[in-house]
Amino acid sequence: MVGLTTKNEANSPAMAGDIKNDVLTIKNLHVSVDGKPILKGVNLTVRRGETHALMGPNGSGKSTLGYAIAGHPGYEVTDGSAELIVDGTTYNLLDLEADERARRGIFLAFQRPMSIPGVKLADFLRHATTNVRRPERKEGEELIPMREFRKELKSKMEQLRMDTEFARRYVNEGFSGGEMKRAEILQMAMLRPKFAILDETDSGLDVDAVRLASQSIAEIGGADMGIIIITHHDKLLEHNVPDFTHVMLGGRIVETGGRELAEELHGAGYDRIRAAYPDAAAEEKAMTEKKQAAAAV
Amino acid sequence: MSAVAVSPGFTAESFDAFIAARNEPVWLKAMRRAAWNQFREMQLPSRREEEWMRTDIRMFKLEKFAPPSEAAAVAPNLVPSPLLSAGVDLGGAMSVVNGRFQEGRLAEDLARQGVLFGSLDTLVTQHGDKLEPYFEQKLVNSSADKFAALHAALWTGGTLLYVPRGVEIAQPLHNIAALVGANATGVAPVDLSKIMVILEDGASATLLSETAGDNAAALHCGSIELFVGSGARLRYVNLQHWGSGTWHFAHQKAALGRDASLQWTIGALGSRLAKVNQHVALRGEYANAQVNGVMFTEGRQHLSYHTLQHHEQPHGTSDLLYKGALQDDSRLVWRGMIRVDKDAQKTNGYQRDDNLMLSDGARADSIPGLEIEADDVRCTHGATAGRVDEEQIFYARSRGLTRKEAIRMIVAGFFQQVFDRIELESVREALGLAIGRRIREYS
Repeated sequence: MVGLTTKNEANSPAMAGDIKNDVLTIKNLHVSVDGKPILKGVNLTVRRGETHALMGPNGSGKSTLGYAIAGHPGYEVTDGSAELIVDGTTYNLLDLEADERARRGIFLAFQRPMSIPGVKLADFLRHATTNVRRPERKEGEELIPMREFRKELKSKMEQLRMDTEFARRYVNEGFSGGEMKRAEILQMAMLRPKFAILDETDSGLDVDAVRLASQSIAEIGGADMGIIIITHHDKLLEHNVPDFTHVMLGGRIVETGGRELAEELHGAGYDRIRAAYPDAAAEEKAMTEKKQAAAAV
Repeated sequence: MSAVAVSPGFTAESFDAFIAARNEPVWLKAMRRAAWNQFREMQLPSRREEEWMRTDIRMFKLEKFAPPSEAAAVAPNLVPSPLLSAGVDLGGAMSVVNGRFQEGRLAEDLARQGVLFGSLDTLVTQHGDKLEPYFEQKLVNSSADKFAALHAALWTGGTLLYVPRGVEIAQPLHNIAALVGANATGVAPVDLSKIMVILEDGASATLLSETAGDNAAALHCGSIELFVGSGARLRYVNLQHWGSGTWHFAHQKAALGRDASLQWTIGALGSRLAKVNQHVALRGEYANAQVNGVMFTEGRQHLSYHTLQHHEQPHGTSDLLYKGALQDDSRLVWRGMIRVDKDAQKTNGYQRDDNLMLSDGARADSIPGLEIEADDVRCTHGATAGRVDEEQIFYARSRGLTRKEAIRMIVAGFFQQVFDRIELESVREALGLAIGRRIREYS
């Protein structure tokens, strides 16, 4: 394992008010789903302004890490810690419910977003935006004024080259794959998180759509956000050049490098990684076989 | 037991005294007496009967109630403010409290055009000749069950809307019936009110009806009769929002003439137990009925709705959409029937009932049915029951909504399909707010 923390610190001298003081720190994270261990000691430090690519074969635990950070109640953290420092305040993420994490600046763009029939995207987003911008808001308190919200939503949709009619549709109901992913990016644009995890935001999209998504993420995230991009492809990284690339295998991050690592994996796949980390590769094999056995039943 | 001393119950003496005190046309008194005799002969329905097998009324004690007293003096502040008429420019409004007419008004220009709106008890004494043919149709059958007979014998606090041929009313009219004050007086209030709407040929109107009440024991045993003449258009909304101690028994029926159209929206939120028959009879060709239902139950509420879309003539269209959400240990029963007579070719009938379960203890029964005698028709039905998906909740929470906010939003979305069919904003808002307020934690 590469000395990740050291490298981060070297790249980002601590200064007062510097957004790079906002940091998400995952240490030795163990996560089980339905009693089955999936993550087996993940370490990851992300500072605001950094872009991290998270790669690895299917089933290596990438999405699980995303869900665990976002606070899915079905993902049980059995060991380790997840800490968020924002504006000098430290939060133990594991003590916070999913919505409290969102209000402190965490965002997960879903690989397969849920539809909410009958709820207009604009209404959903107005509520979400109000809560995230006013973290102390109580249920039933005023929402952001309609006019103000609509104006901002319209300008963000124009920026993302989206038809404003889109906001009147029901959340993800009948959306194409591309529309769902763009709707996720739109939500990220409105919620302005400090840290965003994008879980295969490129999956199911054609080349042009991926390029558009890549561009949009770069425009929105810019230098303000700490971004973790989970991807199998290099197109999404075109406009989001990773400062760090992490490779997951068997529930652990086994190797961390720069953009050149992402480029290598896109070209050559994971054979070198599996050979270099035989223990993790064995774990991966065992997990895959168990999954196949379960599927066969 | 002082309550017994005060209340004479539904006895022959109390009926005779009631009839003697009414200044009503002879034909109406005769109808009442015939219904009274049916009432005396009939037993309360039991679970052995098909329609009542899912609705247990063994806890209901008729002898605890009595005909509404003439002195319905209730402090005005006890009468809840209406939900449906908020912000609406009304053409008229009236109220009934504890089964007695309270107050009413009708815009002058409507009165000049011959519109009648107000206390049916009074108007039937003034316009008996005009109303008798409608009473004679007996749209709601007084021998349907003991409750129907009781209502037909002793109804008071009636509401009449009568719109003459060709008169079109743009402004909605509103009426409210309330059962209140038992906590102060110790006497269980009774409402045997009737709503009668008559649209002559080519007329059009919108009527918003609602009920309200407090949580003490009370009885509503009522009827709604809607006559929609040829080419007439009626929008009718009735929101059942009785208090949690009210027993609600009602027969409601609409008859549509040729080319008539009816949009009938019911909201069912209140009462301890409700057993309602809602019938729509398409009696002229090309009649069109849309029925919308929004139900939300909680606690140990039991609401049972029996609907009938009866196509008697060709080319009719009927479209029923009921949506219910249930929490706690509440129960919803819907038993729907589309009946198509032999002559009613080219009928297009649809019925659908969707339920959203918000707790493990809730239960919904959906029993759709078709009885089709014509051979060239299109009739379909559907029913669903589901739970709020935990993944949906997590998705919304990951965007900053609390669990409760997420559930409220998902439930609101569930009802949106039926709200989309209701053009009246005040109705959508009233139903949406009432439902929103009720949703509690979901687990």
